[in-house]
Amino acid sequence: MPDTATDRLKADGRIVVVGASLAGLRGAETLREKGFKGSLTMIGDEPHEPYDRPPLSKQALLGMGSAERTALPRRRDIDAEWRLGVAASGLDMAARRVRLADGDEVPYDRLLIATGVRARPWPNQAEGELDGVFVLRTREDGAALARRLNAGPRRVLVIGAGFTGSEIASACRERGVEVTVAERADAPLVGALGGVIGAVAAELHRENGVDLRTGVMVTALEGDATGRVRAAHFSDSTSLECDVVVVSLGAQRNTEWLSGSGLGAGPRGIACDAGCRAFDIRGIVTDDIFVAGDVARSPHPLFGYQFLSLEHWGNAVSQAETAAHNMLSESTERRPHIWVPAFWSSQFGVSIKSVGVPSMGTEIMITQGSRAERRFTGVYGYQGRVIGAVTFDNSRWLQFYQQQIEATAPFPPPFPTVDRRPEGQKPLPADFPDPSLPTHGPTVTLSGYSPADRRMTFHPAGH
Amino acid sequence: MLRLVVDLNRCQGYAQCAFLAPEVFAMHGDEGLLYDPQAQDAHRARVAQAVAACPVQAILVDELDMAATAPGAPGGAAPAAGEASDA
Amino acid sequence: MKQGILSDILDYANRANPYPLYEELRKTPVFHDGEGPYVISTYYDIQSLLHDPRLSSEARNLAASAGDPLAEGEDEGAAALPPSFLKLDPPEHDRLRRMTNRPFGPPHSPHRIDDMREDLHGIVGNLIDNLGDPGNIDLVDQFAYPFPVTMICRLLGVPREDEPRFHVWADTLAASLDPDPGADPKERDKTTHDARMELGMYLAGLIEERRKNPGEDMLSQLAVGHGQDETMSTMELLSTAALLLIAGHETTVNLITNGMLTLLRNPDVLRQLRETPGLAVPMVEELLRFEPPVQLLPQRTPLVDIEVRGVTIPKGSSMWLVLASGNRDPNRFENPDRFDPYRKDIQHLGLGSGIHSCFGAPLARLEAQLALTELARRLENPRLIEDPPPYRQNAVLRGPRHLRITCDGVRPA
Repeated sequence: MPDTATDRLKADGRIVVVGASLAGLRGAETLREKGFKGSLTMIGDEPHEPYDRPPLSKQALLGMGSAERTALPRRRDIDAEWRLGVAASGLDMAARRVRLADGDEVPYDRLLIATGVRARPWPNQAEGELDGVFVLRTREDGAALARRLNAGPRRVLVIGAGFTGSEIASACRERGVEVTVAERADAPLVGALGGVIGAVAAELHRENGVDLRTGVMVTALEGDATGRVRAAHFSDSTSLECDVVVVSLGAQRNTEWLSGSGLGAGPRGIACDAGCRAFDIRGIVTDDIFVAGDVARSPHPLFGYQFLSLEHWGNAVSQAETAAHNMLSESTERRPHIWVPAFWSSQFGVSIKSVGVPSMGTEIMITQGSRAERRFTGVYGYQGRVIGAVTFDNSRWLQFYQQQIEATAPFPPPFPTVDRRPEGQKPLPADFPDPSLPTHGPTVTLSGYSPADRRMTFHPAGH
Repeated sequence: MLRLVVDLNRCQGYAQCAFLAPEVFAMHGDEGLLYDPQAQDAHRARVAQAVAACPVQAILVDELDMAATAPGAPGGAAPAAGEASDA
Repeated sequence: MKQGILSDILDYANRANPYPLYEELRKTPVFHDGEGPYVISTYYDIQSLLHDPRLSSEARNLAASAGDPLAEGEDEGAAALPPSFLKLDPPEHDRLRRMTNRPFGPPHSPHRIDDMREDLHGIVGNLIDNLGDPGNIDLVDQFAYPFPVTMICRLLGVPREDEPRFHVWADTLAASLDPDPGADPKERDKTTHDARMELGMYLAGLIEERRKNPGEDMLSQLAVGHGQDETMSTMELLSTAALLLIAGHETTVNLITNGMLTLLRNPDVLRQLRETPGLAVPMVEELLRFEPPVQLLPQRTPLVDIEVRGVTIPKGSSMWLVLASGNRDPNRFENPDRFDPYRKDIQHLGLGSGIHSCFGAPLARLEAQLALTELARRLENPRLIEDPPPYRQNAVLRGPRHLRITCDGVRPA
């Protein structure tokens, strides 16, 4: 079948990738690998070639490697035109053009959107601009924070005990820096892993010398006469002197540039089908616009076809590969993106890994090991089936539980395992906070069944 | 410089990389792994050993950086080692 | 009595090439002949079961009627020493392995193995220098055996001159893993028991001395246990030391010998290795796939009835995971019977996987890489004198007993 539309696209089509980070890069590499010979344009708002972000809250703060040197290795040469340091500012779906912040326009035959997320800023802008107040998302953020830690601050305050916040606190303690962590919930990591595991995380913080304050909010940051942060005030009327503040309140999706474009984009992300094709605002799937990575929300067959948003490194890679494959395929050859959510964190010398969607779980059973020893496997149950699992320094068992999730195996697991302890004889309530409260950290957001995010249309994002 | 990334979803803490290239990879606790995402050229051969030995083939080294490795370099970086990384 | 294919696999006549038998075995991925073990032979099943927490490695979970020819010989010797971590489940396994790792590898001793590189070079060079008549070399006795034994002695702090004593015990204990008990099973059990006792007493004396006068070696550090918040009992220490000494003896020798045999059968690859020493790195991985020194793992049993490929394996059954067969599974590896050091996709089962994966893997890798590189570089035009070579009896720890080669000369170091 020579000279189909797909063949022509592969031979001399124009593909534009908006977002030059992990998903954008792996998508572009996959396009070339699948035989795309046309023109490829990579648009990124940051002035850097694609770099890896997980090291920014770990190695880079510990002095093993530097924030400026985490550029992602390439799987192959992608022979692209790079438009770096200029953000996409708009999309004309009818004319198939991406508008850039510098006024330029880039036409496309196929578009891959991988604009990701950014750090949620401190809500009070003036306080957020005080010297010594940081967020951690970009290379510059990481380098600036690492420099400040190198200078030996008296006390660091981390606001938000999600994964990133906890990793920053861990790095501070490892470097002998005093650190306070303020978390609105009752324990760290509760949004992602629930209260049972949150309690273990809280012990880890405290054993390692973190001044962990839970159930409180930071109400104000106070600067000195020179504009440097000097104190924070809490909802329990206490205050704390600190010279570094890291705001770690989760992420916001970079979709504002699509406002008014007609694409189904909003604060919860860009809705796409299981084949990574974007929905328009009417709920009709597009044929030329694809989405991948943190900015995407897509339905997952294992989780009742609800739309999932995943801020997961592995999802960015896998979804980008699927999107790229589908961009160059006839409809019958397209593949669904059915990656099982998985993430990791490394904090206080413990490797924490998870598969599935723990936050859907209503119960948890510690099937192996012991929480007191900080070495265990916890399995999450939802409506009588296994829906997620977490391990603390027990990752070699995790693939078994992933298979259980994929097989929708019954919960509680009706079999014995090695290393079963008294605490693992029966399930406990998983103790997740009220889902209407937003949580922090790279986790999973379930966002219902509607491809349109109407909040964007009628209630533009704001604080 | 040699750019690398470890897929830590795959990593299960077998520590082969940290044994074979301790300048680039280090265990953080019993199972956690830390690594320098840009290894120095002097460590190329060691990194190639780590890439090949990883039991879950989780280490991705830049194809272009690796291709630049001259055969017969000190310690002898393997021509195939970079290819072995893209599992 | 074992029937059919299992007895064929154990039959010494098939030792030189069991791979066609494994191919036959894979046609019944969960093989069970009625009273023997459940034999798992395909890659993905093995991979999955190695990470399955419903499987135990402890002999006490084996039903008395399990009928495993591999288990029988071992229980007899158990009275002498408690089981090593190889045959324990978590948490005991994890605790002992973690403590053993402390003086061995990262995070606490990240440079121990790396710092041995120079030593390894020296020993290899020395052994090659002293090969003698290049026309008639037994690569096992003159190289592949003494090399890893010297290294494990240095690492553990066991006097090299005691080698003739513990060599006998180690050989006996390794042979006890052979499913075929030979002409007189009772006699073998007694020999095994005695060897275990004697090795235990020998190591006890050594540990006693190291406690008084500790050095930098692993035995000293394990015996003194400083800086540890957990400690090993003396009996645990003896079992662990015996495991390391035997494993350090009986596996790398086969890896090196199988490697040289494979290279001599593939002269093109041998030439490429001589020209590009770095090729040894991926080559050793391919070798661990192609000719793994441990062919199968016999010590697994399910804690509950489990289902594999629609077959129910009852609780307490004996299971064999045939790593060497999984490594040749065409559903996993393209052209699995081809030795290809340039293979891109090489996630083999040669060192196991999961919590029991080979403890000494980094050392085995370095030893094999270096040994093969140096042999390729220094032996002039090496050829096999006999092919196949004579094998050891053992079907589990499989490798040539002798590898007689001839070459035109030995190049200087």
